[in-house]
Amino acid sequence: MSDATTPLTTADGKPLKAALAASMMRAKRRAFLLVAPLFLFVLVTFVVPIGQMLFQSVHNDGFSSTAPALKEWFSEHPLGTPYDESAYAALASDLKLMRENRTQGQAGTRINYDVAGTRSLFTSTARKINRMEAPWKEALLAENEDWADPNLWRAMRSASNPYTIDFYLAALDHTRDKDNNIVPVDEGRAIYGKLFLRTAILSIVITVLCMLLAFPIAHLLATLPLAKSNLLMIFVLLPFWTSLLVRTTSWMVLLQQQGVLNDVLVWLGILNNDGRLEMMYNKTGTIIAMTHILLPFMVLPLYSVMRTIPPSYVRAARSLGATSWTAFRKIYLPQTLPGIGAGALLVFILSVGYYITPALVGGADGQLISNMIAFHMQKSLNWSLAAALASLLLGGVIILYWLYDRLVGIDNMKLG
Amino acid sequence: MTNADSGDGFVVFDRVQKSYDGETLVVKDLNLSISKGEFVTMLGPSGSGKTTCLMMLAGFEMATHGEIRLDGRNINNVPPHKRGIGMVFQNYALFPHMTVGENLAFPLNVRGMNKSDQETKVKRALDMVQMGRFINRRPAQLSGGQQQRIALARALVFDPELVLMDEPLGALDKQLREHMQFEIKHLHESLGITVVYVTHDQGEALTMSDRVAVFDDGRIQQLAPPDELYERPQNSFVAQFIGENNKLPGKVESLNGDTCTVRLETGEIIAATAVNIGQSGQETLVSIRPERVEFKPEMMPEGSHMISAEVLEVIYMGDIFRTRMKVAGSTEFVMKSRNTLDQKRLTPGETIKIGWHPQDARALEPM
Repeated sequence: MSDATTPLTTADGKPLKAALAASMMRAKRRAFLLVAPLFLFVLVTFVVPIGQMLFQSVHNDGFSSTAPALKEWFSEHPLGTPYDESAYAALASDLKLMRENRTQGQAGTRINYDVAGTRSLFTSTARKINRMEAPWKEALLAENEDWADPNLWRAMRSASNPYTIDFYLAALDHTRDKDNNIVPVDEGRAIYGKLFLRTAILSIVITVLCMLLAFPIAHLLATLPLAKSNLLMIFVLLPFWTSLLVRTTSWMVLLQQQGVLNDVLVWLGILNNDGRLEMMYNKTGTIIAMTHILLPFMVLPLYSVMRTIPPSYVRAARSLGATSWTAFRKIYLPQTLPGIGAGALLVFILSVGYYITPALVGGADGQLISNMIAFHMQKSLNWSLAAALASLLLGGVIILYWLYDRLVGIDNMKLG
Repeated sequence: MTNADSGDGFVVFDRVQKSYDGETLVVKDLNLSISKGEFVTMLGPSGSGKTTCLMMLAGFEMATHGEIRLDGRNINNVPPHKRGIGMVFQNYALFPHMTVGENLAFPLNVRGMNKSDQETKVKRALDMVQMGRFINRRPAQLSGGQQQRIALARALVFDPELVLMDEPLGALDKQLREHMQFEIKHLHESLGITVVYVTHDQGEALTMSDRVAVFDDGRIQQLAPPDELYERPQNSFVAQFIGENNKLPGKVESLNGDTCTVRLETGEIIAATAVNIGQSGQETLVSIRPERVEFKPEMMPEGSHMISAEVLEVIYMGDIFRTRMKVAGSTEFVMKSRNTLDQKRLTPGETIKIGWHPQDARALEPM
């Protein structure tokens, strides 16, 4: 046998490793070319936007780029320095610059995220700044006393650095007091925590409902003869092929107070006309519609797992003395766990981020965190806060995925 | 058939019929009585109804008509888990989410046995199949043969008196299969249990069984000990299905009790043993085992019938020579001769005289 220290060579003396690499090269290149379009597509449409979103959640230069003088003053004077004439002079020079560049709105909006009502302070003062003269402190305070607010100065100091975690603090119902300590916001203004909690609870309810409804269907599908199960499968998939909006609006037709279901119940005499059920524009509506829409995502993984469980396992258990209930509980159910896990994870993740259905049928009560993200994207235009909320959501989903991997193992997951 | 209708066996099928669709019968009038401690194999091609019979005995299929009795008790309406029958499945059906130990403890657990008794029994059953070291493994970590042993141990751990085996060795390679055949046979002998075994492998059936029931078309074609089955097949299906057989078609010339003479299609007349033929003039199929055919004059048994044959092909198979010849118009006539030191080698094209004892030529009713 060859000496262990000398590298192996091919028959004509080339190093074996190099020969292997050369022979694999062509196959590798071909494989890479095949996946290259998808790789580029994913990079451009998924990785880059998500990276940008994550970046935006900790970076906002709305103030730092428009107020260079203040930025310099803050960097030279640590927190606790009294705001004297030099600070106000920097503010005045920045306000002049903003007026010149018409960026006072942008700067004001950024500070407004932190201290409500300050946008107009910036716009109105910037309008008059050219008529003011030194000493700046007196002049500015004469114009508006709010310029002396220590919280405002704290906010400006914080915003003078484009990198900040303040949006995450806001997304978690926290803020900073005038001494820059992290404190919870007032009881009445804490909305995101409750919304996250509601999103999680509703998602769990929807996941459990899907699980309970999907299990018997999937079992039926897996045990029926192929011709019949194919027909049933079409009924399961039919909702998939229908537009989400159509499905949601048809639930609205069914569930609203003057809708089909209430009409039937009244007609049958189960309800009287004044006691019509409110099944729409609240949590109930969100739960019903989303359970229906997400049901196939539970049925398919369950079905694919159940189809692979041979009937001989349950038979073996029965022949060994187990009742049909024991055989189901101890033998069949544990073997469907990969399917249950995959389906539950899928449905939970989808429902945590669901937007259209709660927006249409949820009312005020059935809104989820994604509706709030959309609000900040479209209405309040606080993209950094929207990005922070979305990042928290993403983080939560990743933690869930990690937990699943640790507990069940992702390679046990079967999606179909 | 022996004690088929006696009705006092340990396991009794009494006029059992089974239909899945209400139009065709999968099992047609099955009568079978198995005594305690017996090893009975149901052998037959796929679709012959043998597995259905096993499933009816296990309780997974309902008999459409007739009665199945276990130890004198009608078990038609007893659910599978109350029958107390051990069963080994084709693919072992070891529970993949449990360890070997948990698999074996399962039947004891559902019977409410306490933990320490369970442990003793599990250990004993594992030692019985020499798998004691594997108690904490998962089935997926075991080889096919090891899984087979565990499945066997699991079917035996709760001391059933009757064990059913549904082609348990089908997935093993040849060598392991032969080894396991002997092991199962020895377990059967040492434990004194009754075994009903289903297979389509005739070698397996002959090796292991006390009696073999040959199934075809939903009926038992013959129920007999292995040697009788092989040497004295009752009809041409059994003759063809068990082992290799030469078939010479002809007409019965004369019939005299157990012996008869048959005129072959080429006009030659041979002596044969009459098995299930009615009268002279009838079509018949004479079956002769290849290893009972001789070609050396000095080895010819007394009273042998001689016939000329043209050698077509000689195949060397190690322990034997397989010679294909043209005999009485049939080109598929095979002779097997042992590869001994002084064996004469034949060459294709050669014409020789072959012969056999009339007892080994069995005239059967053609199918």
